[in-house]
Amino acid sequence: MIANGARVRVDDRFHAGHHRVPGYLKGREGVVTACLGRFPNPEALAYFRPGGPPLALYQVRFRQADLWNGYAGGPADTLDADIYEHWLQPLEDRP
Amino acid sequence: MNDAHAAHAHPQAADDPSSDYEPLERAIRELLVEKGVFTAEAIQRRIEAMDGLTPANGARLVARAWTDPDFKARLLEDAAGVLAEEGYELEHSPTVRVVENTGRVHNVIVCTLCSCYPRMVLGLPPAWYKKKAYRARVVREPRAVLAEFGTALPADVEVRVHDSTADLRYIVLPRRPEGTEDMDEDALAALVTRDALIGAAPARAPEGR
Repeated sequence: MIANGARVRVDDRFHAGHHRVPGYLKGREGVVTACLGRFPNPEALAYFRPGGPPLALYQVRFRQADLWNGYAGGPADTLDADIYEHWLQPLEDRP
Repeated sequence: MNDAHAAHAHPQAADDPSSDYEPLERAIRELLVEKGVFTAEAIQRRIEAMDGLTPANGARLVARAWTDPDFKARLLEDAAGVLAEEGYELEHSPTVRVVENTGRVHNVIVCTLCSCYPRMVLGLPPAWYKKKAYRARVVREPRAVLAEFGTALPADVEVRVHDSTADLRYIVLPRRPEGTEDMDEDALAALVTRDALIGAAPARAPEGR
């Protein structure tokens, strides 16, 4: 389990077939804000394969200024995405 | 039919009705009917059930949340549980979450991977919600997109985009407009538009105020 408040990086990897993570978040760092439950792996379900064992799904919050060069909105603007555990690498706590 | 990405991940078809997906869909549907997997009547009933779901459902929930603090607390804590109590068919649906707009945070919903939408409550999404232009732009310039909907937000309000990438669907609980203190639930519900439930626009101001 990844705890609320933990910093994570979205894996920047490629595999053939369906990726259930938006490309613009790959390699980006955010903070886990909630665990949303466990669900079958959609990357297996997409090909009618069983999706088990269920994966933990996390709500991850990103700072918009970290996602886009020259982001024109406010400094506090954020983006939340729901990301399965196999795409997330927990990061060491940093001061 | 469920709302999973795999079942409807064809945004090209939504953008261009004359695409190859249309004859493909017809061919597969006719084959499945011919093979007895389901009947044409079952499809028709399903379409009618979907057409019976409208943003008015979300508007009623919002109006009640505005007038009943306990209901609002439960809706924010466990929307799926509240919706099941209200008689919505959620068994084969993704989970639903309600996020609240406040003076500090403005939420707006998108699905960049396809066009996920809380269909089990609000019915079919608007055409613009499925367009690549909205899906690509609202994540990287949300304030510019919101401004095009007439929604100008102060710089100190946090704009929070929800990219509904997985098994949850999001509904926005908009802020209650000023000057509505004496209005009942029905009158309040009339102020809650589909765009407000997506977070693209605020709830309407009451007439004459």
